[in-house]
Amino acid sequence: MSEQKGSFGIQGTGDTSGYGGLVRSSFSPTSAQKPYGSYFDEVTDELERAFPEFNDAIEKVVVDRGELTLHIKRQRLFDVAKTLRDTETLRFEVCLGVSGVHYPEDSQRELHAVYELLSMTHNRRMRLEVSAPESDPHIPSLVEVWAGTNWHEREAYDMFGIIFDGHPALTRILMPDDWPGHPQRKDYPLGGIAVEYVGATIPSPDNRRSYR
Amino acid sequence: MSTFASSRETTEGTIYSVTGGDWDQVASEIGSAKEERVVVNMGPQHPSTHGVLRLMLELEGETITELRCGIGYLHTGIEKNTEFRTWTQGVTFVTRMDYLSPLFNETTYCLGVEKLLGITNDVPERASVIRVMMMELNRISSHMVALGTGALELGAITPMFFAFREREKVLDVFEKVSGLRMNMAYIRPGGVSQDLPEGTVSGIRELIKDLRKNFKDNAKLLIGNSIWIKRTKGVGYLDLAGCITLGVTGPVLRSTGMPWDLRKTQPYCGYENYDFDVITADTCDVYGRFLIRMQELEQSLRIIEQCCDKLDKLEGAPVMVADKKIAWPAQLSLGGDGLGNSLDHIRQIMGTSMEALIHHFKIVTEGFRVPAGQVYTPVESPRGELGAHLVSDGGTRPYRVHFRAPSFSNLQSTSAMCEGSLIADVVAAVASIDPVMGDVDR
Amino acid sequence: MSGAAADWNGINKMGLEEKLPSGFLLTTVEKLAGYMRKNSLWPATFGLACCAIEMMAIGSAGKYDISRFGMEVFRASPRQADLMIVAGRVSNKMAPVVRQIYDQMAAPKWVLSMGACASSGGMFNNYAIVQGVDHIIPVDIYLPGCPPRPEMLMDAILKLHEQIGNEKLGVNRAKIVKEVEASAIAATPIHQIPVFGKQG
Repeated sequence: MSEQKGSFGIQGTGDTSGYGGLVRSSFSPTSAQKPYGSYFDEVTDELERAFPEFNDAIEKVVVDRGELTLHIKRQRLFDVAKTLRDTETLRFEVCLGVSGVHYPEDSQRELHAVYELLSMTHNRRMRLEVSAPESDPHIPSLVEVWAGTNWHEREAYDMFGIIFDGHPALTRILMPDDWPGHPQRKDYPLGGIAVEYVGATIPSPDNRRSYR
Repeated sequence: MSTFASSRETTEGTIYSVTGGDWDQVASEIGSAKEERVVVNMGPQHPSTHGVLRLMLELEGETITELRCGIGYLHTGIEKNTEFRTWTQGVTFVTRMDYLSPLFNETTYCLGVEKLLGITNDVPERASVIRVMMMELNRISSHMVALGTGALELGAITPMFFAFREREKVLDVFEKVSGLRMNMAYIRPGGVSQDLPEGTVSGIRELIKDLRKNFKDNAKLLIGNSIWIKRTKGVGYLDLAGCITLGVTGPVLRSTGMPWDLRKTQPYCGYENYDFDVITADTCDVYGRFLIRMQELEQSLRIIEQCCDKLDKLEGAPVMVADKKIAWPAQLSLGGDGLGNSLDHIRQIMGTSMEALIHHFKIVTEGFRVPAGQVYTPVESPRGELGAHLVSDGGTRPYRVHFRAPSFSNLQSTSAMCEGSLIADVVAAVASIDPVMGDVDR
Repeated sequence: MSGAAADWNGINKMGLEEKLPSGFLLTTVEKLAGYMRKNSLWPATFGLACCAIEMMAIGSAGKYDISRFGMEVFRASPRQADLMIVAGRVSNKMAPVVRQIYDQMAAPKWVLSMGACASSGGMFNNYAIVQGVDHIIPVDIYLPGCPPRPEMLMDAILKLHEQIGNEKLGVNRAKIVKEVEASAIAATPIHQIPVFGKQG
């Protein structure tokens, strides 16, 4: 029989809603243009003054929803961080933690590490973001700049497999020491079991047909 | 099956399992061994380690030369779980992280979602006031547990009874308002899930009077008590430089004299409109933190009083954002089979408004879409700065939810606090940090 | 019905169990032993997560105190404890510790799995949580709830008391263990039980 398209009948996924054809573009933040607004200009200007290779190290400045994010090349991360901590006008003394994010579609830049910074002297916040490819997941460790990143980097290693060069003791912290794989990556399954009811089973959350 | 200490040889040396009644044997064996290091494990199941925390202590006599924390015994994968649920369902997951202060988890998550949605200014004022009131009540109940269990771990059992007695009264309020004593999932993106029932505000006013009187019980027992002071003064010392570089916030940071409280410095939820003090101490030790917590109780009561006054003026105002495509649709009420959609709401969606039916259906099954981007929203939880780093890809499920847990960062400082002190001081120091292992491990 | 019928035969050749008579004398001993055991059950501290807070509330808050049953002494050492209340979610890292503590408890021992997470993994159906502590240790009574109110925990404890009071010893016990095992082997899996007469 020749192929019949359109109108009813199960074809493909069995999704008759028509929404199966929706295409949503992947998200990538656009670089903001000066002036950034609020204290962001001051921060970036001061950083440029204190760190001469600013344009070489900073890939992108994103100002979104009232927050400043600097995307930095991973080789320059340590120097930028030290400058941010030590310069009088910047003084981001507190690093609140490292968060890993995995963007599998962002090829050659899949693993991101996001550093939240806080300046208590100037009452300001900002964010640093670095990325590394999955094939070479090395990012310099900032334990010497902010000691508190010690456990946070261990957690990012445990959950995402980002290897922090120069970390004093990079081991698993949340999962058992011999656990294989890095759980919070997108290609790691959620790992649940099918739930049994009388007469049926419901598959685990990542295997159910649900909205995105 | 010997009931005495058994030893076994490993690559790291001999490991002794001490089971009681055999200390002489163990001591003599260790004494005769060439090995100088004694590593003691205060294992994950222990009455004094505040949850499933494993402390590995290297001892020289009674003094600790090195201390390491083993965590991860309560790792639940909550952050990954939220990636498979809608943004609203994330509240029920996130609330179980720091289970002693669930409303703070919910608030920081919802503030993040609202920031991503861009509706931070559209959240009704009554909802913000209710949020502040519930958070301050939660701060009281959390500090009560901190004080009670801290005292219990140091051997004082009565403060625990007093603390839990007062906590029960606060939990009664939670139950009246949200239906649950703990892990309520009451604060939703856009507002709160339902309005306060009749008589809540007057009940809370009565409660404040009661609590003010009863907080003195614990204060009389412990403040100035020479045994308590001997156990806690000078113990667990961590000065300002140590706190800042380790990223420690909350009462531990304020015990160094630094008046950093996000409610004052970077207010959210309308905190700039409330009149309260930031409590600091300048002794950097366990006693200072204990005093801070006791005084923060009084400050929380002040804020709750102001909330009650505001709520009286805002009678009848909405508690959910007006945008019907985001707001959780049903007003819940107590029916014959428990808490569920109110009959008025059902009458409306089935009889009157088709859009309301569609909104209810779509919001509950699919969830609302959140524009792409990432945010970080911090709040001042009883333990320190609790922040939610949310990444959205434009869909109905979060792309990444990461919580900056205060207990995780604060617990890193145990090594700095305790190395060089005695084993008994470790217990006091950990109790003063007040870690909640659900927060640490997530 | 796992824990009550759990077979301790390998290790209880000392104490009461080996001196048991049979017949109606056994019934009398059973009743007496059950009465004694249930009225002085000492719990082991095994609070893991949120349910531990409700367990602390039942232990210390005025309204719900369990010292009316003689149970307010939460023993830190498993050797001195009778009842292990697994309160909270058991992660994969914690599982060997749970098993070790259970093994260190002296018989007779019972397990109460408190809360949805301990009974079945709860809302956390993922890589990190053991889907029910009965994957690791035999459980006598399951208590649902998230978290269960202190009254619910008390109800579970009272039902467990009843169960302990009626426990069989000696030859009667061995018989029950065999019966339970046989029925468990012959049972259909839950998801294949026919619903409304259809074959599942």
